[in-house]
Amino acid sequence: MPDLTDLTVHAAAGLLAKREVSSRELTQAALDRIAAVDDRVKAFVTVTGERALAQADAADKRLAAGERGPLLGVPVALKDVLSTAGVPTTCSSRMLEHFVPPYDATVVRRLAEAGAVSVGKTNMDEFAMGSSTENSAFFTTRNPWDLERVPGGSSGGSAAAVAAREATYALGSDTGGSIRQPAALCGVVGMKPTYGRVSRYGLVAFASSLDQIGPFTRDVRDCATVLNAISGHDPGDATSAPVDTPDFAAGIDAGARGLRVGVPREYMPPTLDAGVRRCIEDALRAFEAQGATVDLDLTLPSTEAALAVYYIIAPSEASANLARYDGVKYGFSWQRGESMWENMEETRGRGFGAEVKRRIMIGTYALSSGYYDAYYLKAQKVRTVIRREFDAAFERCDVIVSPVTPTPAFKIGEKADDPYAMYLNDVFTLPVNIAGLPGISVPAGFVDGLPVGLQIIGKPFDEATVLRAARAFEQTADWHMRAPALTA
Amino acid sequence: MRAAASRVLPMTTTPIAAKYETVIGLEVHVQLLTERKMFCGCNAAYADAVPNTHVCPVCMALPGVLPVINRKAVEYTVMAALALNCEIPQFSKFDRKNYPYPDLLKGYQISQYDLPLSQGGWLEIEVEGHEPRRVGIERCHLEEDTARLTHRTDAAGESHSLIDMNRSGVPLMEIVSAPDMRSPEEAREYLVKLRQILRYIGVSKANMEEGNFRCDANISLRPAGASEYGAKVEVKNMNSFRAVYHALQHEVVRQTAELDAGHRIPQETRGWVEADGRTVSQRSKEQAHDYRYFPEPDLPPVTLAPADVDAIRARLPELPDAKMRRFEGEYGLTRYEANLLCESRARADYYEAAVAPAGAGADDASRRYAKQVANWMLGDFARLLNAAGSDIADARVAPADLHALIALIEDGTISGKIAKSVFEAMFDSGKPPATVIDELGLSQISAADEISGIVDAVIARNEKPVADYRAGKQEALKFLVGQAMRETRGRANPATLTEILKAKLDAKA
Repeated sequence: MPDLTDLTVHAAAGLLAKREVSSRELTQAALDRIAAVDDRVKAFVTVTGERALAQADAADKRLAAGERGPLLGVPVALKDVLSTAGVPTTCSSRMLEHFVPPYDATVVRRLAEAGAVSVGKTNMDEFAMGSSTENSAFFTTRNPWDLERVPGGSSGGSAAAVAAREATYALGSDTGGSIRQPAALCGVVGMKPTYGRVSRYGLVAFASSLDQIGPFTRDVRDCATVLNAISGHDPGDATSAPVDTPDFAAGIDAGARGLRVGVPREYMPPTLDAGVRRCIEDALRAFEAQGATVDLDLTLPSTEAALAVYYIIAPSEASANLARYDGVKYGFSWQRGESMWENMEETRGRGFGAEVKRRIMIGTYALSSGYYDAYYLKAQKVRTVIRREFDAAFERCDVIVSPVTPTPAFKIGEKADDPYAMYLNDVFTLPVNIAGLPGISVPAGFVDGLPVGLQIIGKPFDEATVLRAARAFEQTADWHMRAPALTA
Repeated sequence: MRAAASRVLPMTTTPIAAKYETVIGLEVHVQLLTERKMFCGCNAAYADAVPNTHVCPVCMALPGVLPVINRKAVEYTVMAALALNCEIPQFSKFDRKNYPYPDLLKGYQISQYDLPLSQGGWLEIEVEGHEPRRVGIERCHLEEDTARLTHRTDAAGESHSLIDMNRSGVPLMEIVSAPDMRSPEEAREYLVKLRQILRYIGVSKANMEEGNFRCDANISLRPAGASEYGAKVEVKNMNSFRAVYHALQHEVVRQTAELDAGHRIPQETRGWVEADGRTVSQRSKEQAHDYRYFPEPDLPPVTLAPADVDAIRARLPELPDAKMRRFEGEYGLTRYEANLLCESRARADYYEAAVAPAGAGADDASRRYAKQVANWMLGDFARLLNAAGSDIADARVAPADLHALIALIEDGTISGKIAKSVFEAMFDSGKPPATVIDELGLSQISAADEISGIVDAVIARNEKPVADYRAGKQEALKFLVGQAMRETRGRANPATLTEILKAKLDAKA
């Protein structure tokens, strides 16, 4: 019997199907692993042990009754930005520290219907704003490959939980790279689907036009399997696309022969970390070896503007999305003030962390009368330009390949006082959100013992090709098979 | 539709404004009668509901929820817009209007900013004694209502604000007029007409006292003949048409006095204080909110193909003005009668059903009663409804029974006078006229032999008038008819009675 915490989703499902292992055993193994390592990794904000075991028992009953499913009885961790009925959903914020929602997010409901077992809620940058989990109001999650380093963010807890074998897979959310960047830094697979592919209902909003939910898994096949379960039109989300969900797992083993791989010059700048560059170049050679063509002359000229566009649009939307946290209805509420207005101001002043306040202020400013045209409207126009540049690029290639981050995981505290340096960590990922495209991060090697991620970007709703390319690459090496020692 | 504004208009009845021209524009918010709320599936009818029972995660603005557009509310807004002669663009969108207040649960209101569902319409109003004229409609757009705050002070003197979220997210249509009204009378007329249309098309209860029809007014004065507008004062807090009228009258007087004294009128928001009969300053221009409108990222744009709009247009009922004109022509009614009968759709429908009940056919035979039905409805019927404080929609008299009653008068079964008593009984009991007549024994006596006996008795008892008649005094005949009528409690057929009486008197002469 292999180590149960080391299983992929499909391996676990195979053992469950043959009844060689029970969901309770799998779940207990995950909970034991959490108990053993999470005081060091700090991936979880809430561990729902009893609930998980009850869900496992329910899954075992379904299995005993002959039911089979790719996620039935398999343990999952959920980013604490996903609404879970009866389980605290904190967004790693003081504002929602004690908030228990009365309803499940659509993805949570879909996973429950598929028989998933949720072991807990994972840490994140507060309200998904950040790239390191250092903006969590509670604690910083550690990178399982080096506990002195960040796991990336904002879905750092979910990435670390999968890397540290605390859950078989996890869900996160990605607004500017918040799945792909931590996946890269933690050496796991992480995918942001096309905007509209997965329902956002129950995902606590950061930037509504950019947010998208996606999976963290140990390999690409698992990624396709989880994506199958969470995708699909939701009448409760008017921005979820009324498109059919293909079986993403079906064609992933078709290989890379004939695949046109494009690499934008702007994504391989001279400033790129040498080790990261080596990993990406190795990956490109691997693609060629598999019969793909690689075009190194692609260009996305407005890449440089993407960061500015993002830091106008995302904070603008956030400034409205976070207006509901006023202490009146739920969440943290300061009540010692002289007046209603004082209480509302104090609630927000004390309930939000510095980065959240910074972004609310940037967004409020960008939308103010007199500035709207110069900032928000201009950003929307550039957003259209960025989209068109991707459209043009995809006339020359099937997928775009790039690094996920300019460097491997940085040290905790290294960029905490320099928001702009922190923002630069997402330069390769956030254009993908701006254009609403699907993007994946797959493990592509190590630099000084730290994982490096390869980003593969696809056309809208063409996750299938992205997954096929990722799978083809994954099979040329065993990067995704490695697990952190966690001996520190 | 700004053509109306450029027409030179006679001043209506506010004499004090002679030196200045009054300019009024109205913003009306109307709750729509959809079954569900604007962006969630909650029941929108909250009037008698226990607070905070018509709620769900969406209208409570819980973290993570998303809005979904209620297509019925879009349809109702388009209906209203079409009834107000607006244009319906193919492409429209929702925007977020940001401002903090505890009754606005999300911290922003989903509204429409630069691409509303409709724009550029007009509404024809008529102030008594003046020509009808058009008031421009700048836009009709769709948004959501806020929660309701109630402020209380407990026994210890501590004040609390309570939030009822039942109203949160109820569809709200905003209708913005052009600054085309020139007097408080015109403003009142505009509101009456607007309410009438909204009720006709059935999209709103449009009741100001119940809070499902709200009005803010913008009013400014300018020297007569000037083309630039004066500083705009927005007046709020008016809870009835009367209040709007009085608040505007007050503003005309107040602003005139200010201008006469050489003062500038500051642009501001003022609140109407009903008890004092005056407005007070609430907020200056400088304190105005910056709403930071931006496109609602949670909702895709609304696209309405011309065919969609045509389909909605086809479902529009006949509107009051058209109906009135048709009533005048088709039923030979006066403008006054047609106007009264068309005041509400229920009344107009009742009228037409009574003129030509189902089965009776719309032929000329039933049209004959058109005038009588109108007389009944605007006379005895209206009087009884008024006294009972009820509406024609709740009346117990079926339209077909009113028709039948008139038929019974026409064929001589009862007299017009008796008919009044019969109708009162019908009004109370809801029974058809034939039943009432039977029960009360009120049918007309037309049989000559029965009337003959009564006439004999009357002649025998009234020697003096009989002699007078025979001496040539025609008035005496009237008296004798009256006596015979009293004898039969009014049931004798007057024509038969007069004929027999005359024959007997003349024969014995």
